[in-house]
Amino acid sequence: MASLRTTSRLFAASRPMFRPAFARTYATVEPTPSEQPKMKTFKVYRWNPDTPSEKPQMQSYDLDLNKTGPMMLDALIRIKNELDPTLTFRRSCREGICGSCAMNIDGVNTLACLCRIPTDTKSESRIYPLPHTYVVKDLVPDMTHFYKQYKSIKPYLQRDTPTEDGLEFRQSPEDRKKLDGLYECILCACCSTSCPSYWWNSEEYLGPAILLQSFRWLADSRDEKTAERKAALDNSMSVYRCHTILNCTRTCPKGLNPGRAIAEIKKMLAV
Amino acid sequence: MARLSGLQRDVLSLYRKCLREIRNKPETVYRAEFQKHLSVNKKDFSTIEYLLRKGNRQLELYATPGIRNIR
Repeated sequence: MASLRTTSRLFAASRPMFRPAFARTYATVEPTPSEQPKMKTFKVYRWNPDTPSEKPQMQSYDLDLNKTGPMMLDALIRIKNELDPTLTFRRSCREGICGSCAMNIDGVNTLACLCRIPTDTKSESRIYPLPHTYVVKDLVPDMTHFYKQYKSIKPYLQRDTPTEDGLEFRQSPEDRKKLDGLYECILCACCSTSCPSYWWNSEEYLGPAILLQSFRWLADSRDEKTAERKAALDNSMSVYRCHTILNCTRTCPKGLNPGRAIAEIKKMLAV
Repeated sequence: MARLSGLQRDVLSLYRKCLREIRNKPETVYRAEFQKHLSVNKKDFSTIEYLLRKGNRQLELYATPGIRNIR
C-alpha cells in the first residue's frame, strides 16, 4: 500500500497538468458572479452513539443555494464535504432507485435524492431520520426489524411443478400487468414509518411496504403457494392493523399505492 | 432488596444471558462493556434503552455458532 501511494504521488508530481483541480463527486452549480448568494438554513438531527448520554440535537448549517445542486441529497453531501464531515447518512444511487437516503424532510418521509430543496430561503429546512425507528447515528435508522419482517413473508417464487419444456416459467402479458405498481417498490420504508398503526404495532403488524410485497407474491400467476401465503397473513395483527389511514400512499416517493395493495389482500382473505 | 424497575430487570436479564452465553465462547469481555457504562444516570431511560438494544444485538450476533473468537 505504501509503495502504491508513493508511485501515485510521483506520478502526480511528474504530470501535474493531468490532475483535476478537485474531484466532483456531487451535483454542483457553477456560481454566476452577478447573483446574490441565496443562503438557506438546514437544520439536521444529530445524535452520536459514542456518547449515548448526550441528548439528540438539531444542528443548523447554512448553504448558498446558488452553489448547491437542486436536491436535498446534494445539500447533505455538500454539508458533509465542506462543513461537517461527521454528519452521517446513507446514500447510494442519488436517483431514487436504491432507497438508501429515506429520511424525514420538512415533515414528510421521502428520499433525499428525489426531494427538491424548497427555494424559499426565509424558512429553514428540517431533516430528521425516519420517524419511530431506532437511530443508529444521525440520519441512519436501524432497519433490522423491517428486513426481518420482509424475510418472514418469503419474498421469492415458491413453486414445485416444473414447466413442460424445462425453460423459464412463462406469464401472459395480462398476468404480468397485475404486477405493475407492485414490483417497483424499493423498500425504502418511507411508507411503513409514516403509518401510525405501524408505529404502535411494529412488532406484529407487517406495515404497508411489506404488505405491498406480500401482495406482489400473492398476485404472481407463477407462484403456487398462494394458499400458504394467505394462511400466514390471516390473523388479527399481520394485515388487519391497517385502518386505511393511507399515509403510506400519500408519502410514497415512488408514487406507488400500498393502501390499494392492502385492500386487495383484505379482499383475497375475505373470499 | 428494593424492588427492581422493569429497566433494571432488563439489564440484569441481559447480564445473565451474557453469563450463560460465555460458557460456549473463549475469553469474552462482556463485563467490561457493562462496567464502561456504570456512570449512566439511572433516570436516563433513553440511554439505557439504547445500550440495552445494542447489547442484545451484539449478544445475538456473538451467540451465533459461527463466531469462535472475539478480539
